[in-house]
Amino acid sequence: MLFRYLFILLILLPLKAFALIEVDITRGNLNPLPVAVSPLSIDVKSKSDFRKILKKEDLGSEISAVVENNLRQSGLFNPLNKNAFLQKPDIANLKPRFEDWNLIKAQALITGKVTFIDEKLRVEFRLWDVLAGKEMMALAFTTVPSNWRRVGHIITDKVYERLTGENGYFDTRIIYVSEEGPKTNRIKKLAIMDQDGFNNKYLTLGNELVLTPRFNPTNQMVTYLSYFRNLPRVYLLDIETGMQEVVGDFPGMTFAPRFSPDGKKIIMSFAKDGNSDIYTMDLENRIVERITNHPSIDTSPSYSPDGKYITFNSDRSGYQQIYIMNSSGKNVKRISFGNGLYGTPVWSPRGDLIAFTKLHKGKFYIGVMRTDGTGERLLTENFYQEAPSWSPNGRVLIFYRETKTNSKGEGFSAKLWSIDLTGYNEKMVNTETDASDPSWSSPLTN
Amino acid sequence: MNLSKILKNSFLIIAASVVLTACATQKKAGQTQGDVYTGSDSVEYLASGVKDRVFFATNETVLTTASRETLRKQAAWLRKNSKITIVLEGHADERGTREYNLALGERRANSAKDYLMTYGISSDRISVLSYGKERPVDSGSNPLAWSKNRRSVSVKAN
Repeated sequence: MLFRYLFILLILLPLKAFALIEVDITRGNLNPLPVAVSPLSIDVKSKSDFRKILKKEDLGSEISAVVENNLRQSGLFNPLNKNAFLQKPDIANLKPRFEDWNLIKAQALITGKVTFIDEKLRVEFRLWDVLAGKEMMALAFTTVPSNWRRVGHIITDKVYERLTGENGYFDTRIIYVSEEGPKTNRIKKLAIMDQDGFNNKYLTLGNELVLTPRFNPTNQMVTYLSYFRNLPRVYLLDIETGMQEVVGDFPGMTFAPRFSPDGKKIIMSFAKDGNSDIYTMDLENRIVERITNHPSIDTSPSYSPDGKYITFNSDRSGYQQIYIMNSSGKNVKRISFGNGLYGTPVWSPRGDLIAFTKLHKGKFYIGVMRTDGTGERLLTENFYQEAPSWSPNGRVLIFYRETKTNSKGEGFSAKLWSIDLTGYNEKMVNTETDASDPSWSSPLTN
Repeated sequence: MNLSKILKNSFLIIAASVVLTACATQKKAGQTQGDVYTGSDSVEYLASGVKDRVFFATNETVLTTASRETLRKQAAWLRKNSKITIVLEGHADERGTREYNLALGERRANSAKDYLMTYGISSDRISVLSYGKERPVDSGSNPLAWSKNRRSVSVKAN
């Protein structure tokens, strides 16, 4: 049920090609765009209907709060304080008095209307260019009431796309490992949540250790490592049905799984007799193919978005470094040559960069480099952090960070963090429990 | 490698061991050698005088002299108790990426397994299980704690 949705997308008015406002996201944004997110207006009848169904006092305000929070978290926008708004939501949605919005220094304005109609939630919204005094976009959605948060995310995606020219990443989910208990005996569960931390659900009970979940391209399947019956193996989980199966029939530990970009294969490591190599398994015909054959540790494979190349981690030079090769395993080339150890390479969805973890002089870094290894850029330094995962538009990385314990071994925590590709807007992602191994979904709607 | 590089590297190693020794003596004398744990915290016994675990240097899977002695005792005990099967649980410290550490733990357990096999223990009595960095025995974030966590533990399976 998780991924079933019903959306009717209506374009009320044709989009206009001109835009005075534009947000440059290619460099660190120190002056986020001031935007006014007016509460979506709601009539008395709809308000009371939604109060009954969703237990929300004012659904219009709730949806606009989702949008506002998304915009703020992106670091590119500065949502203005609602107390300063002069115009009432219903009137603003019909025809904003631009002078009023200009007065509070808003450059963009979002207005809208929520109605309960035929048991459905109908939301329309408009994006206005305050300085030009023009409407930039108008859209309406109809969906089941329980989808109200997703409506907020889709509105944010549309606004983000209109103002930055890039795809949005707000209507997405994060799969991760929830952690509890003492450091020496952590209980770990698979968990999934919306990108903003809401709608958290646990997918496993915590009876066995689970690690490194990753989505397939359609976000319906997850591949991960489970210690079920103390046999660490790569599993496949169907999120909707809850069905799980072991991937392949390997006589030893399989780990570090990821899907191929077409979703047809799982690529992973298989460890035997002290040696880990990279294999793929085709999910349709179950054919297993060996990709690397080297006495060193080869792990953490990740495909390029076109499926033609694989980046991976190997210690064949003596220490952990990053390599790329053809998807057949030919033409292995080392690409990391800086000081320190390099791990967890992940190819960006745009294809031009590889994100990684670096260990140097007792510090851990999340960084990016070009696919030929040039242009290394370290985004953040800490006591311990690793495992970056890209937002689907390739603009943000999510990873996890662990704290140093005190002299008594107390004070351990693991949390998810995100950072812009620019190195700005580093922030913790809220989770109910401690968390690690995040993996970002692709957009839920296109 | 040219001479100056060799000299530089050996200097670094000496400097590192001086630092490590200094740390170790401040806490408890003789708990590590190089950065391999030599103390007895967390060590359990399979039988009288037969230690259950061996320790490793950072990023290493090579058995030290002390580790080989421990494993020879384990082998002798296993030869005497021929019905017993064991699981070798390989572990890494927290200073590495999760996936690489899973592979490293597997390699460490296998280096203990190989040694037991050379002392006559059949491979079908030994299984290997890597926990990577998932099950530390010491939750500390310091070199001594990490040295205790880099280990291969022989656990009775039946």
